Amino acid sequence: MSRPNRWIGWIGGTLVLLITIALLLAALVAWLNVRGEEPVDAAPPRGATAEQIERGAYLARAANCMGCHTARGGTPYTGGRAVPTPFGDVYAPNLTPDAATGIGGWSDSQFWRALHHGRSRDGRLLYPAFPYPNYTHIERADADAIHAYLRSLAPVHQPNRPHELRFPFDQQAALAVWRALYFRAAPFEPNPARSAAWNRGAYLVEGLGHCNACHASRNVLGATSNPLDLAGGLIPVQNWYAPSLASPWEAGVAQWPAADVVALLKTGVAPRASVSGPMSEVVLGSTQHLNASDLDAMADYLRALPPGNAVAPVDPDPPYRPGTVGAKLYEQHCVACHGEQGEGVRGAYPALARNRAVLLDSTANLVHIVLEGGFAPSTPGNPRPFGMPPFATVLNDNEVAALLTFMRASWGNQAPPVSAVEVGRFRSTSR
Amino acid sequence: MDLSRARLAVASIAVAICVPLVAARAAAAPFENTMAQRMQACTGCHGAQGRAASDGYYPRIAGKPAQYLFNQLVSFRDGRRDYALMTNLLAPLDDAYLREIAEHFASLEIPYPPPQPANASVDTLSRGEQLVMRGDSALRLPACVACHGTALMGVAPAVPALIGMPRDYLNAQLGAWRTGKRHAPGPDCMAQIAQRLAPQDISALSQWLAAQPVPAPAKPAASLPAPMPLECGGTGAPR
Repeated sequence: MSRPNRWIGWIGGTLVLLITIALLLAALVAWLNVRGEEPVDAAPPRGATAEQIERGAYLARAANCMGCHTARGGTPYTGGRAVPTPFGDVYAPNLTPDAATGIGGWSDSQFWRALHHGRSRDGRLLYPAFPYPNYTHIERADADAIHAYLRSLAPVHQPNRPHELRFPFDQQAALAVWRALYFRAAPFEPNPARSAAWNRGAYLVEGLGHCNACHASRNVLGATSNPLDLAGGLIPVQNWYAPSLASPWEAGVAQWPAADVVALLKTGVAPRASVSGPMSEVVLGSTQHLNASDLDAMADYLRALPPGNAVAPVDPDPPYRPGTVGAKLYEQHCVACHGEQGEGVRGAYPALARNRAVLLDSTANLVHIVLEGGFAPSTPGNPRPFGMPPFATVLNDNEVAALLTFMRASWGNQAPPVSAVEVGRFRSTSR
Repeated sequence: MDLSRARLAVASIAVAICVPLVAARAAAAPFENTMAQRMQACTGCHGAQGRAASDGYYPRIAGKPAQYLFNQLVSFRDGRRDYALMTNLLAPLDDAYLREIAEHFASLEIPYPPPQPANASVDTLSRGEQLVMRGDSALRLPACVACHGTALMGVAPAVPALIGMPRDYLNAQLGAWRTGKRHAPGPDCMAQIAQRLAPQDISALSQWLAAQPVPAPAKPAASLPAPMPLECGGTGAPR
């Protein structure tokens, strides 16, 4: 064989090998994307019972479907709200039973496949901004009930808004690779060693409630490690920090009476905490509507979460000292409500002394709250919440930093200072 | 006696130290379980009791018609009006509470400060006055007084006053309607009007309105003498 021929043979052989590997990988990715799926039954759903619809309405609350599938001020479930991600905006689609633009033509089996396998009616892979890594745990009967409820809504003709994702994240192939790496369809596995209430709580927290869609950190490709991870994370783009539900130094509730956990989820306020930011939306749209036994179950589960590898903060040496600029600002803007000793007013204004939310490592929420102010959600249990004014137009980045630094180092608090750069970074994402 | 003089000195020093402390404490009102206490989230920008004067940007809300205030609160919350601070603040509040908030501020009767001096030419001001009092039929613009009341103090329950507002705020609102940034429940009569207004007419209107003293009584009229020239969705209950 002559030399050029040998080169051609070598290159050709390598090419064939590479193509084979690529094809095998593609086949593996494809297989990982559809494995475990049963054939889809396209037959239209049979008539639903009133009981099933009512149950579906309740479960849709537990899953807070409406939260994403309703634009601000829009008709419920008609979609159009953007879920911002680091890869672009994903727009929630119309879930009303309109045949042309909603899910009017879907079968139960297709609806189930969307929840359990994350694939649409036409087989397209769905973006995990739709939290199917959690919803995959929803039981078939519950999925059918939710579908029955959605079919009972008035159909609204509202075309879906296409996602606005950057290349290559807008490609189905990229999504297939992501799913091959990070998604496995799996039913909820009850833990026989635990009580029925704990298992119900686990089902609600890990599945329907999709708590770890926020309360867990995400890797560079936007994946959480698993639905059991509730160790806290910064919500991408919105930049609110969803605190750890396990750590006693963040939002862990192992030391709380169960009734306080229930109160927080039911009313938005509890003796030692109140909800703010995105969690207000959750209480408003979802948890306030849950029945007592489900809230008890969630409290059971959350109170039993192991603290994981949370470590106690170490008192700094030398201690952090509150600054005088911050002290002056506090006196001017905060003391009237939060008190001279950061003691707050019970039932109205949170105490700042020894408040875990003030001491968190991530200062994102503090900056949001000072800049935007806010009310706790109005719920039947707390119908007339007290409010805090926004300071975005009053305080500049240096002042917010000085104020927060003061609060974090006063009245027994010992948390690191806050820099103006941090404030500026969060201010730019505050809206 | 020396002792009593010393006592007196000690007492005066104590008083001198304590009086400012007491005064400082008195400045911060004690906590009350009232609507006013709950509404501290609003008064930071809209002034104590919502009395913001016409020298700033934020509009006065005290004494505005209740339904008007309620419509605005709902519009901010639901995205028909575009101001992120208001939208974020109101996002977690339900209609019942927003109505109570609206009624709280509507019920406050607080004197108005004098208006800002006009800083525009006589021509501009007279164009402003013409648009407000008589409209411009060539541009199919009804007079402001036709809907906002002959005294321009609004009409209960849903039409707001145009007097006693900051010039910058009036400019910004008419501009926002003109560019589609502000909406009212349809039919959005103010959007139709603002789209017929040239920028210099908006400026003339705002200049003239902001320079008018608030008439007595500083309250919305009970009704209009004639039907409104345009149909306005915002004057009913929001959808």
